[in-house]
Amino acid sequence: MANGTHRKLRLHVMRYNPRVPGDAPRLQTYELEEADGMTLFIALTEIREKQDPSLQFDFVCRAGICGSCAMVIDGRPGLACRTLTKNLGEEITLAPLPFFELIGDLSVNTGKWMRAMSERLEAWVHMRAGELDLTRIEERMDPALAERIYELDRCIECGCCVAACGTARMREDFVGAVGLNKIARFRLDPRDARTDADYYEVVGDDAGVFGCMSLLACHDVCPKNLPLATQIAFVRRKMAREGLG
Amino acid sequence: MKIVYTDVLVIGGGLAGLRVAIGAKRRGHDVVILSLVPAKRSHSKAAQGGMQASLGNVIKGQGDNEDVHFEDTVRGSDWGADQEVVRMFVNTAPKAVRELAAWGVPWSRVRPGDREVIINGQKVTITEREEAAGLIAQRDFGGTKKWRTCYVSDGTGHAMITAVGDQAIADRIPVHERTEAIALIHDAGRCYGAIVRDLVTGELRAYVAKATAICSGGAGRLYRVTTNAVICEGIPTAIALETGIAALGNMEAIQFHPTGIFPAGILVTEGCRGDGGLLKDADGHRFMPDYEPEKKELASRDVVSRRMEEHIAKGKGVKSRFGEHLWLDITLLGEKHIRNNLREVYEICHYFLGVDPVREWIPVRPAQHYTMGGVRTDHTGESPTLKGLFAAGEAACWDMHGFNRLGGNSVAETVVAGMIVGEFIADFCDRAENAVNIPTRLVQEILAAEQAKLDALVGGRGTEDAAALKVRMQEIMTAKVGIFRDGPVLEQAVAELEQLLVRSRNIGLRCKGGGANPELATAYRVQKMLKLALCVAYGAYTRTESRGAHFRQDFPRRNDAEWLRRTLATWKSGSDTLPTLAYEPLDVARMELPPGWRGYGAKDYIDHPATAARAAEVEAVRRRMAGADRFAVQQALMPFAHLLPARLRGRNERIDERF
Repeated sequence: MANGTHRKLRLHVMRYNPRVPGDAPRLQTYELEEADGMTLFIALTEIREKQDPSLQFDFVCRAGICGSCAMVIDGRPGLACRTLTKNLGEEITLAPLPFFELIGDLSVNTGKWMRAMSERLEAWVHMRAGELDLTRIEERMDPALAERIYELDRCIECGCCVAACGTARMREDFVGAVGLNKIARFRLDPRDARTDADYYEVVGDDAGVFGCMSLLACHDVCPKNLPLATQIAFVRRKMAREGLG
Repeated sequence: MKIVYTDVLVIGGGLAGLRVAIGAKRRGHDVVILSLVPAKRSHSKAAQGGMQASLGNVIKGQGDNEDVHFEDTVRGSDWGADQEVVRMFVNTAPKAVRELAAWGVPWSRVRPGDREVIINGQKVTITEREEAAGLIAQRDFGGTKKWRTCYVSDGTGHAMITAVGDQAIADRIPVHERTEAIALIHDAGRCYGAIVRDLVTGELRAYVAKATAICSGGAGRLYRVTTNAVICEGIPTAIALETGIAALGNMEAIQFHPTGIFPAGILVTEGCRGDGGLLKDADGHRFMPDYEPEKKELASRDVVSRRMEEHIAKGKGVKSRFGEHLWLDITLLGEKHIRNNLREVYEICHYFLGVDPVREWIPVRPAQHYTMGGVRTDHTGESPTLKGLFAAGEAACWDMHGFNRLGGNSVAETVVAGMIVGEFIADFCDRAENAVNIPTRLVQEILAAEQAKLDALVGGRGTEDAAALKVRMQEIMTAKVGIFRDGPVLEQAVAELEQLLVRSRNIGLRCKGGGANPELATAYRVQKMLKLALCVAYGAYTRTESRGAHFRQDFPRRNDAEWLRRTLATWKSGSDTLPTLAYEPLDVARMELPPGWRGYGAKDYIDHPATAARAAEVEAVRRRMAGADRFAVQQALMPFAHLLPARLRGRNERIDERF
């Protein structure tokens, strides 16, 4: 709508391509006219289509469910795709998530980190021994328990919790709230054969649950509002008990 | 030049690709998955409402079984589906949902006793059985006779890909993230892998494999208004087409989902209507019963989408600055239900619309949603023309959806096809004659040719803007190859797309840099997407009938006499501007369910000459075998078990059907 009522936005975007020799991090400013319902997905796509085809960022679902587009928006980690520009000022600063390997500009390699974390924590259901007979009626599960598992299963591995984490700032090997939440999730699941002794093996140290300083920025920034504070406290208590033997 | 060797190359890290990979790996074959994004971020994640499998646990699903699921699916397809494949699918779906349960998917479970639900706008109390307590629950979805859709709140795809992705990690299957296959390696009718671009460094590598599986989802981004993720551009489908040998089936069969939020096109699940939500117009009138007295809001998606557009065309749309829309009203479901069972819908409305669906209506309009067509395969998932090339999931035309897919049958297909095709790929790799014997020199030549194309784009003097061409293509597709199609308009669309294709051969880049270069990616992708768009538009123009989601205003009737055929598109030469179309007849004489009325939608159609005889034959078999068990009757009508991998042939146990 060219009726002049739309704001002029100025997006200050952190630019840096570590693969280009001599490139240095800098803020580059793009101006564009706001539109109704504009999200940062729409704004950045328009900038790349019309102003700067070299700008790197990651969007997939653009619906707030896949976790690709986490970035630091005006100093706070969040999902860019579901951030409406109308909720921001006219000057918007965008930076890549810290902590993760930078691919370029706003694109970081959360996938690689999440995979490594999953391998380290063995973040999958460890089925009990014996062949699964798929022709038979499934195991029963208490409906309330299924809902509690789903509550923790809603993690989208976006990386916001790690980017906001004080411990991760100091310990590169910290598993983060995302990792601890997974442990809480599998602990809850009767289909997983592991015991607390097994979980202690993977998170019973300072790179795991005892590294958490309870600053809990993870809880504040989680786009899915996962109950990270209570889950980390719960896992810590269980692991402490396990550690005391 | 870097060559990666593996037994199985899977292109796509969504549910279909992951499940194919797990199947092949567990049979002892090395697998590499290529994925544009981290696997768990794939578009499978966006499936909300659920997965159809005839477990029959809830009271409204009692009596459900493979036979009912089969009939619903074939009717939904408007008889375009391969009925043998549908049988393979419905027999495997319960096994798939149970496997996923064992892998950790927190399926919503049955609570015994009374509960209040909304059916046809009314509050009704239903009583779940004690013997179903804690078993996997089902909800209602469009085009189904029974409540059959198993779900995890409305994050079903998310929960599924989380569990399947975790299993792939447990199985140590490498996922090469941020890589893109840009050409298939093939020689003498045999596929040997792909040329792959690293999207971080821009480098090309060759992946050489015994079997190559395209599991890359649909091509929704051919359209401007789509529910699909931005990565759903159909590039792997296009590189199959570019071999000139593999064929794409039924590309004109494109589904429009009734409830994309307006104007962004983000999906809100069919579960909204399945759970009792209503569609309303500018006057607040519930209009679907006027058009579809039998199934109302829960007719199949093609029918509901058409009725919505028809209603808007009558002037009943809600006017807004972005155009017209209708309303989806789920307020009658109540806060507790919305917050628990439709929580993604709640979030999407909150973040993207500023609407609270507990109290307010949701603006919706149909949006492109699903690609029924894809790489044509036989029942094993292999291309009949290019040996060693497989496809599964939305990328494939296997073909269980025909001209319209039922809600809940797509995520079901991903894992079911993954289970089945994964086994067949393992069989293929087991056979000694399928060893890789392509000369390295040939691989080098193919890679060099692809590199030369990219270099020409970067270094050439082209003048066309890749992003602008893409937007124009999307606008043409949405405006002219949409829900209502018409000969002269389609003819125009084809001509315009051909011009765009010619112009796309003269793209120039502003960004000349090496490395990731997103503009270069847009450039080679739009060249490929235009070919797919032409398969859709030209296929739609040529098909002079209406079937399922393909609706021609100038040919409004389904015409079995002439069009009970599957469209096969190939791209014969790089200089062509149109696909070459051929047609593969469906054999009425072998159908378990001969063509008829779907039970919703248009009642008039032109019969195939063989339909009456086959219908009489089927009727006679049913009469003769009255009282026999349903498996024997089915076996007499259309045997299929022999088509399945041996380990997937078993019958499915239910509360009401023990063995």
